[in-house]
Amino acid sequence: MTGKHAAPSGRSARTPGLARARHNGHADRSCPDRQAGQAGQAAGAGAAGPSGRGNGGQAVRDRRAARLSRAAAVRVSPAAAVLASPMATAGLVLIAAMVAFCFGGRLVYHGDLTRVNLLLGNRPPGAGHPLGTDANGIDVLGSLMAGGQLSLEVGSAAGLLAAMIGSAWGAVAGYVGGAVDAIMMRVVDAAVAIPALAALLLLSAIYTPSPAVLVLVIAATSWLSTAHLVRGAALTLRTREYVQAVRLMGGGRARAIVRHIAPNALGVITVNVTLQVADAILALATLSYLGLGVRPPATDWGDMIAGGIRYIYDGYWWEIYPAGIAIIVAVVAFNLLGDGLRDAVDPPSRIR
Amino acid sequence: MTSYIVRRLLQAAAVLVGVSVLVFGFLWLLPGGPRHAILSGTGSGTQLAQLRRDYGLGNPAVLEYLSWLGQVVHGNLGYSYVENASVGSLLAASLPRTLALTVTAAAIGMAVAIPAGLVQAVRRDTVTDRVARGLSYIGYGMPSFFLGSILILIFAVRWHWFGAEGPQSPGIAGVLGDWRDLTLPVLTLAVVTTAIFSRYVRSAAIDSLGHDYVRTARALGEGRLRVLTRHVLRNSLVPVITLAGLSIPRILTGALVVESLFNIQGMGWRLWQAAQKHDFPVLLGFILVIGAGAVIGSLLADIGYVLADPRVRHGRS
Repeated sequence: MTGKHAAPSGRSARTPGLARARHNGHADRSCPDRQAGQAGQAAGAGAAGPSGRGNGGQAVRDRRAARLSRAAAVRVSPAAAVLASPMATAGLVLIAAMVAFCFGGRLVYHGDLTRVNLLLGNRPPGAGHPLGTDANGIDVLGSLMAGGQLSLEVGSAAGLLAAMIGSAWGAVAGYVGGAVDAIMMRVVDAAVAIPALAALLLLSAIYTPSPAVLVLVIAATSWLSTAHLVRGAALTLRTREYVQAVRLMGGGRARAIVRHIAPNALGVITVNVTLQVADAILALATLSYLGLGVRPPATDWGDMIAGGIRYIYDGYWWEIYPAGIAIIVAVVAFNLLGDGLRDAVDPPSRIR
Repeated sequence: MTSYIVRRLLQAAAVLVGVSVLVFGFLWLLPGGPRHAILSGTGSGTQLAQLRRDYGLGNPAVLEYLSWLGQVVHGNLGYSYVENASVGSLLAASLPRTLALTVTAAAIGMAVAIPAGLVQAVRRDTVTDRVARGLSYIGYGMPSFFLGSILILIFAVRWHWFGAEGPQSPGIAGVLGDWRDLTLPVLTLAVVTTAIFSRYVRSAAIDSLGHDYVRTARALGEGRLRVLTRHVLRNSLVPVITLAGLSIPRILTGALVVESLFNIQGMGWRLWQAAQKHDFPVLLGFILVIGAGAVIGSLLADIGYVLADPRVRHGRS
């Protein structure tokens, strides 16, 4: 969508000024493609000038849009918002450290994670195995990195997918309103009543778990909170001038949702993605701990803890603590980033 | 207020129907469809015929749903061919243990979370608040099975203070009587509950601290503590009641993990076993009951909200 607006040809569309107003509204919330949005806006300001002069109505609309833009003007650039919030910065640093550890670490710290050697099983941390070995004699530090890759990948993908499904659902419900909204939100209410973990158990009993299936299953049970959130945002946004103007000028509902509501809710959605990723990492760990996650030899953090718990009476703490700490760091990191971003984007709402 | 409650009741009824439709929809997701699923893939000819009669299978989906719903409403939640027991009897056996565990843990969790959240709100952005917020982040990010295993490693394996397995006696009294074995599972679940609620209480209290009536009460000479308990606390608890109702599924999720870790044969443990054994009648029956429980819990919380909030009570809803 940004490409279209950044290109001058996109400017000849029916609502040039409004499109820019939308970019302004959307840039004051932090979203991944904000740079592109601002670039498009800058390019648009240059391009719209000459073309606007040839058309009186266009110029008026442009001026009006400029006023709208100023009203919703960017006060803090989102990158600066992240850096200004110590929480978000800490979250970002922690996430970078986790990624470096799991993905970069495996490049440096090699080790065979598939060869079972029971004679080397359950060794405490020491030479050759900095974090000891598990019951099968597999190096815990290596598993921690490899398992972390899976936890982070599945968690991020599931969180992103959940946020996408929830955003689409909430945007449609909130914007269309009326009976459609009522029905769509009662579906969400009903689904919320079913504990996510129970539904997860059921779904992972039906479908043989693989990373892709786990992403789908986790996303299918966690998009509901996003739907609520985005519906709320859509309800407020649909009354904004620029959205109503699009409708007045003959733009369809679908256009209003896709081109104006969704991008303007991007701030809320971005915050929600990070929180969803945190929850998805936890959900995956819980499923794996319950024995319904990935199949060996693949492993993830929850699976590693489950392995350690089998020998918990022997006190093999090194099979439990590292993976548990890794989960906490990952979940806290994404929560910090999300909460920090939200405080930057939308100071009043602090309750999840 | 009455009209609000009536509206809320109707809404809850609609959501209950929605839950039942979702659970019935799950039946269709199952391998081989509902018939296969209910019999866990082991049906003989006569069993299938029996099932067809009981559940009205083979009819259009709407009729199948209605006849299934009829069975459910009459208390027939299905039959587990894996456990060779009716789902209802499995539920009756496991429900008291789960109730004893969750209610005790939720009570302890609230008893900690409410004062903690209030203190955090009053001492906002001080060291106390920052430390408490940090702890609640960690509590939120900590999987309950990890917390539980740390507690087992320290208090059961190393120091032998408490049991590493939950109470095995049946009934609420039996579970509560076995405090030595109950301590660690309750503690685990209470930490989870505290982490959820202290955040809610903190932000609700920050919100009510900003209101004029707090300043007015202080100006009228009421003591700090009295303002806090009589005005701030009461007003902060109102939104927390709703959130408590909405958190029931989450607390039950925590209970499922804790029960599986401590081998407590409650509802969560049973669900977990059923998932591993592909015992779909138990999975669906339990999910239906838990879902209905959550809807009713949330309804009660909302009615409690109305009763607790004088503004709504006096008809300005």
